[in-house]
Amino acid sequence: MENYNSADISAFKDVWVFCEQRQGVVQPTSFELISEARRLADELGCKLYALILGDKVAEHSKELAGYGADGVIVCEHPLLKNYTTDGYTKVIVDAVKERKPEVVLFGATYIGRDLGPRCAARLHTGLCADCTHLDVNTKVYQDFLGEASTLAPERIAGTDTAMVMGEKKEVGHDLKMTRPAFGGHLMATIICPRFRPAMATVRPGVMKKAPFDQAKADAAEIIRPEFSLTEADFETEVLSVEKAAKKLVDLIGADYVVSVGRGIAKDVEGGIKLGQELADELGGVLGGSRVAIDSGWLSADHQVGQTGKTVHPKVYIALGISGAIQHKAGMQDSECIIAINTNPSAPMFEIADYGIVGDLFKVVPMLIESIRAIKAAK
Amino acid sequence: MKVIVCVKQVPDTSGKVAVKPDGTLDRASMLTIINPDDLNAVEAALKLKDETGCEVVVVTMGPPPAEKMLREIIAMGADRGVLISAREFGGSDTFATSQIIAAGINHLGLNDDDIVMCGRQAIDGDTAQVGPQIAEKLNLPQITYAGDIKVDGREVIVKRMLEDGFMNIKMKTPCLITCIKELNEPRYMSTFGIFDAYNKPVEVFDYETLKDEPLIDKNTIGLQGSPTNILVSFTPPLKGAGVMLEGADKNTCNELAAILEKKHII
Repeated sequence: MENYNSADISAFKDVWVFCEQRQGVVQPTSFELISEARRLADELGCKLYALILGDKVAEHSKELAGYGADGVIVCEHPLLKNYTTDGYTKVIVDAVKERKPEVVLFGATYIGRDLGPRCAARLHTGLCADCTHLDVNTKVYQDFLGEASTLAPERIAGTDTAMVMGEKKEVGHDLKMTRPAFGGHLMATIICPRFRPAMATVRPGVMKKAPFDQAKADAAEIIRPEFSLTEADFETEVLSVEKAAKKLVDLIGADYVVSVGRGIAKDVEGGIKLGQELADELGGVLGGSRVAIDSGWLSADHQVGQTGKTVHPKVYIALGISGAIQHKAGMQDSECIIAINTNPSAPMFEIADYGIVGDLFKVVPMLIESIRAIKAAK
Repeated sequence: MKVIVCVKQVPDTSGKVAVKPDGTLDRASMLTIINPDDLNAVEAALKLKDETGCEVVVVTMGPPPAEKMLREIIAMGADRGVLISAREFGGSDTFATSQIIAAGINHLGLNDDDIVMCGRQAIDGDTAQVGPQIAEKLNLPQITYAGDIKVDGREVIVKRMLEDGFMNIKMKTPCLITCIKELNEPRYMSTFGIFDAYNKPVEVFDYETLKDEPLIDKNTIGLQGSPTNILVSFTPPLKGAGVMLEGADKNTCNELAAILEKKHII
């Protein structure tokens, strides 16, 4: 490992996904990432490995492999029971130096965004934060740009090369990491052309989970790399791990989301009650815009948007939400968007499938009544 | 003891954001503000100053006008400022930026009882990477997403927030902490502070100042020292216009409920 060189591109092969577990529970974003990374590994023509750290976590191997991994790298140690920046960074960096993967993905969770930067800095490589789209194959990437951007066709065609250190370089074998920037006003695709592994944290809830494949699960290769870890490697000590007392809102997994915004200001309590009632009627959950969270009307786990969560439910109902770019960045891929707002020029109407200009305090009770009537008639 | 607070001047992305035809940001037409999370780091540092009398040094990397932001933070109560600014530092990604800021902190001198504080992330890039990467380059323990901070001598205990709860973590100074908005309510500039803001020193660390620092090397700073490149930036297309249902009355609501039924939603 002494002669490890992150610039020796050709020495690196395979895709790794760091699979986060908390108290022995694999985080859902790990399955999303493995599913998506399967495609990337196929485009690169290499193998896909899930990487899991913890104390007694090998039991999760089959489950991880079933979503598309060829193998699972298991690092077990009592000192890895809880996440720590120092312990996890050391073990991952040592494994990367030994086995040299060309791509390493992390979920952009509060833990992934602590761990990823630290590993990338120690490995002397690039890291792209909070990605919402990944590609390797240039043609597949350009098709994506054709749909997801307003770029001219010539500009899209030119993305097969990039200027790197003053020279034109082919990027056909580079991971193309796309993410929102400036609060969602701009999208940017980042590459890491001179160093390996290319690393990214990926926004939870954005990638779709593949169907579970039992044959894949049964065929998984289990690898247990040797590593050394002692208490001397730790400068932080976890005193306790506490679960939130209140059950948090599962916005990301919800099929139906009803969100409230500034429009409930005149009667916050009543507005939240109406939103919740409509959500309950649909079997969905209540969300909120940044205004609703920053004003203290709803707790932070309700926030939809660039600084909150990204959701793509079957139906997203925006009550009194004007539709700031930063909010739209978190919900515009919903299958059906319904907007109710008193202001006819609210930007939310521009992306809504159905819009009603009106006071949510008047419209929502009537809508609930109409929904109940239809249900009762069944 | 001193607390070094890293701050960034950012375009205000909550307002109108102007995009040039080539897909890049028209920064000149936008207002700049102190990055919101960084103000929580400033407040955490000033609280420690209130309790212990420690020195608060505010550090930024950016173009010369960023000095005004440092003066504003001095007016809030910080003791002095450092502006890291040089053409050689331009074009840096998070890796190279943290390399340069770490070199600046080394140049300032980091003592055994010092703490580095950063905001969780900046609203322009939203990466949350520079804090942890500064810690890595200074070989410091880090705790990110701080929701509460207790300092007792060299012992630091932080309530580290998670999506589904929190951890209590202990470490020793010197160390680095990144702060979230739930940590505190940033104070305003004081009248006395504003009077004082131009009497307190703001040092400029340019390339000459830092070039002998071990972390500064042409291969680790600026565009050349940045492992990542932007392949392309773009704006997403607008979605096609939907259907506006006329009138906010019972008929409209029945119509919408019927649509929901047709889509098998209810």
